[in-house]
Amino acid sequence: MSLLMPDSGLLFWMVLIFAVVFFVLAKWGFPVVTSMVEKRKEYIEHSLELAKEADAKMAGMMKEQARIIGEARAEQNRILKEAAEARNNIIRQAQEQARDEAAKLLAEARTQIQAEKESALSEIRSQVAVLSVNVAEKVIRKTLSEDKAQMELIERLVDESSGIRKTADSRS
Amino acid sequence: MKWTRQIIIILSLLVFPATAFAAGQGEEEPLDVKTMLFEHIGDSYQWHITRIGDKDISVPLPVIVKSSTGWHCFLSSRLEEGPYEGLYLAEGGKYDGKIVEKDASGNEVRPFDISVTKNVLGLMINSLILVILVLGCSRWYRKHDALKEAPTGVASLMEPVIEMINDDVIKGSIPGKLGEKFAPYLLTVFFFVLINNLMGIIPIFPGGANITGNIAITFVLALFTFLAVNLFANRHYWKDIFWPDVPWWLKVPVPLIPFTEFIGIFTKPFALMIRLFANILAGHAIILSFVFIIFITVKMGPLVNGTMTVVSVLFGVFMDCIELLVAFIQAYVFTMLSAVFIGLAHEEPEAGKE
Repeated sequence: MSLLMPDSGLLFWMVLIFAVVFFVLAKWGFPVVTSMVEKRKEYIEHSLELAKEADAKMAGMMKEQARIIGEARAEQNRILKEAAEARNNIIRQAQEQARDEAAKLLAEARTQIQAEKESALSEIRSQVAVLSVNVAEKVIRKTLSEDKAQMELIERLVDESSGIRKTADSRS
Repeated sequence: MKWTRQIIIILSLLVFPATAFAAGQGEEEPLDVKTMLFEHIGDSYQWHITRIGDKDISVPLPVIVKSSTGWHCFLSSRLEEGPYEGLYLAEGGKYDGKIVEKDASGNEVRPFDISVTKNVLGLMINSLILVILVLGCSRWYRKHDALKEAPTGVASLMEPVIEMINDDVIKGSIPGKLGEKFAPYLLTVFFFVLINNLMGIIPIFPGGANITGNIAITFVLALFTFLAVNLFANRHYWKDIFWPDVPWWLKVPVPLIPFTEFIGIFTKPFALMIRLFANILAGHAIILSFVFIIFITVKMGPLVNGTMTVVSVLFGVFMDCIELLVAFIQAYVFTMLSAVFIGLAHEEPEAGKE
C-alpha cells in the first residue's frame, strides 16, 4: 500500500526542511526563550528570597528598635534618679553646712555675750565700789550724829556694802 | 433558543450547496469514495483546492525529477495534458499517481523524484509559520527585558506552551544539564508536529495537507529521535542492552535478552512513527468519511440525504473538536516519549550495582 511506503522525494524534503527548521530554532529560537524564562524564574525566586530576608530584617529591626527604646527609657530613669539623688545630696549638704554655720555663729555669740557679761559685771562691781565709797563718804560727811534712823540706815548700808564686797571678794 | 436558531441557519447554509452539488454530480457517475479519500489523505503533484462546475481549481507545483534523460523541472500543470518530456503520471499499478517514465524495455520505472508536492509545500508553509512564530517570540525576549515586563503578543502565546513542555516534559524526563542540551530539539519536534497537525485540520489551502499523517514525515521525525537517543547514549545504556542484569543463561550461549533489547532500540522509534502517522491519518480519514456520507446518500432521496447531512455535519464538528485535541496530544506524546527515551539513554547505574 502506498500509504505505508515512505516516498523518497518527501523524505528528502522532510529531512532538509526539518534540519533547517531545527537549526534555525535551536540557534535563534528556543534557547533565547528558555534561558530568559529560566532567568526570570530565578529572578522571581531571588526576589521572593530578598523579600523574605527584608521581612526578617524588618522584624529584627523592630526588635532592635524596641530594645533601643527600652534602653533609652532605662537610661532616662537612671539619669532622673541620679539627678534626684544629686539634688537631695546638695540640699542635704547645704542644710548641714547651714546648720554648722549657725552653730558656729551661736557659739561665737555666746562667748561674746559671756565676755560682755563679764566685763559688765566687773564694771558694775567697780561702780558699786565707787558708789558705796561715795555713799559712805557722803554719809560720813553729812552727819555722824543724826537720829537713830539715820544711824540704822548707815549701818544697814554699810552691812550691805560689806556684804557685797564680801561676795565680790569671794567671787574674785 | 437564540442559539438553536443560529445553528439551524448555519447548518442549512452548509448543507444546501453540498446537496445541490452532490445532486448534480451523483447521477452521472458513481462516486468513487475510496479514490477520493486517498486523494485527500495522500500526496499529489498539485494542490487541489476545489471544483467549481467542471473546472478544477488547483495550485500547480514544481516537479523536479532526474530521469534517464537528466534533470527535468516544470510545473505540474504540464502533466495534465499527457506525457511531458517522456514523463507521465502512472495510472494504477505499483506507482499509481506517481511520475514515471518508460525504460528501454517498456516497463514503468520511477525516476529520482524530489518534486515539491502538496505535502512538501504544506511542510514549507507550516515550517515558515513555525519559524516566524518562534523567532517572533524570541525577538520579543531580545528586545524587551523579561525581568521587568510581562510578555505580549506572540511571546505571550508561545511562552506558556514552551514553558510547559520545557518544565513538565523535558526536565521531568531528562535530568539536569542534559535537559537543557536536548530542549531545543524536543521543543522543535513538539511545535513542528503540533503546527502540522493543526494546519492539517484546516480544510482549505494552505491547510489541509495530511502532513503528519504521512509515513515519510513521521519516519524522519522518528529517525531524528532515534539518532538523538543512540548517538548520545552513555555506557550504561549500551551495557544494559548487550549485557543486561539478568541470569547468565538468558545471555549465554543464546543471547535471548540482548537480542530482545537490541530489537527494542528500533521498536521504540518505530512505535513513535506509527503512532503519530496512524492517529493523524485516521483522524483525517474519519472526518472525510463523514463528509462523504453526504454524497453517498444522495441516491437515497432527499429525506435520507437531508437527515444524513445533518448527522454528518454534527459528527464532523465533533470529530474536528476531537482532532484538535488529538493534534495536541499526539505532539505532546511524541515529545514526551522522545524525552523519556533520551532520558533512559542517559540513566546512571543504580547505586550498589556494577
